[in-house]
Amino acid sequence: MDWGALHTILGGVNKHSTSIGKIWLTVLFIFRIMILVVAAERVWGDEQHDFICNTLQPGCRNVCYDHFFPISHIRLWALQLIFVSTPALLVAMHVAYRRHEKKRQFRKGDQKCEYKDIEEIRRQRFHIDGSLWWTYTGSIFFRLIFEAVFMYAFYFMYDGFRMPRLMKCSAWPCPNTVDCFVSRPTEKTVFTIFMIAVSSICILLNVAELCYLLAKFFLKRSKKAGNQKHHPNHENKEETKQNEMNELISDSCQNTVIGFTS
Amino acid sequence: MSWGFLRDLLSGVNKYSTGIGRIWVAIVFLFRLLVYIAAAENIWKYEHDEFECNTQQPGCENVCFDHFFPVSHIRLWALQLIVVSAPSLLVIFHVAYREKREKHHQQRLYRRPEEREGGLLCTYLISLLLKTGFEIVFLVLFYKLYNGFQVPRLVKCDISPCPNTVDCYISKPTEKMIFLYFLVATSCLCIALNLSELSYLIFKHSLKRYLKRNIKKHK
Repeated sequence: MDWGALHTILGGVNKHSTSIGKIWLTVLFIFRIMILVVAAERVWGDEQHDFICNTLQPGCRNVCYDHFFPISHIRLWALQLIFVSTPALLVAMHVAYRRHEKKRQFRKGDQKCEYKDIEEIRRQRFHIDGSLWWTYTGSIFFRLIFEAVFMYAFYFMYDGFRMPRLMKCSAWPCPNTVDCFVSRPTEKTVFTIFMIAVSSICILLNVAELCYLLAKFFLKRSKKAGNQKHHPNHENKEETKQNEMNELISDSCQNTVIGFTS
Repeated sequence: MSWGFLRDLLSGVNKYSTGIGRIWVAIVFLFRLLVYIAAAENIWKYEHDEFECNTQQPGCENVCFDHFFPVSHIRLWALQLIVVSAPSLLVIFHVAYREKREKHHQQRLYRRPEEREGGLLCTYLISLLLKTGFEIVFLVLFYKLYNGFQVPRLVKCDISPCPNTVDCYISKPTEKMIFLYFLVATSCLCIALNLSELSYLIFKHSLKRYLKRNIKKHK
């Protein structure tokens, strides 16, 4: 059991996503989860073991490490990935609910149901409209918020995105100020910048998807409003035609009556 | 044999659950199992190696570690995940039993074997009660064993063979505490979900019975 289970869950949502959503998912799996598992975990693997302080005082190293790294980069990224993937579950649940309703209708033998069998319902791809649009847009919004919160937490906790080589520590039981050296600082900086860059790309993709969905929504509404505007004119034309016909009929009647009487 | 088995078990249960039950499964998957495997396991990996005491006395570190961590946080966490997911097996067994009965009698005994009616509803409610009970038991165990979810930086140890009182330092205490609180929060969320699912099912069932009785009366 590993990130593969997450891949299975999110893969299901992929079918019903927009194209930008599919790109986002690919970026998430290849450039974030895979990099995390294959590379980043190895780089941070020996972090406390190779965190060396210039002292023989027992306990000083533990305390200094805990002071400078309240929560390790690698754990923060793992949490970020889990939280950012969670809103997609909302969409998956909504799709599953719609599918369940369609199956219920099909079983009841509803005339309105246009499916031939249950397999078709299972394989069907739902369009993002109606209440699903709101769920989908809400999930993108939450994704954005989680990404932003984690990026900020990262920046706040580690004073930027650089990993220093040397940290000066004076927490008890260290005697005076002690020099502590971080293992592989350059490699860690490189990976940190890479993960931040990919996070930013994901944020941009989410913003683009949000704008696309909103633009599509407003375009649809304006088209509908436009159709309605044309419709009253069309109705007026019909009415005037009917009025003219009625006038013609009444005129001809009158003429006949007048002709009859004269 | 690994956590994949638990994942398959939970996927199997998903089919027979209510909406709230599915949310519970999703939370256990993502926020408990995945966080455990992807993050928490590595924090506690070298806990014994990195547990350092201010003494050269052989055996002192071992004895002090054993005194302060009778059962490691991470092992309790794993046990909790397994024990809390286990009651779902009752539901799966009951559905399998129903399907076997139908096969044996070679006729339709139930409208659908997985429909939550009669005996299966009882089994489902019992499984919910057991899940909630186990969650509470483990939370209380965590609280009692570790003095309220705290992970101190320093512990003072004076057990033989340590000479006098010795300072011992725990590795990564802040990170461990953050993840412990995360575990507690998700546990409480799961308890709340189980209780709301329980009330929902009881309410729905009572309403059904009340309506049936009313219809009979009018007839």
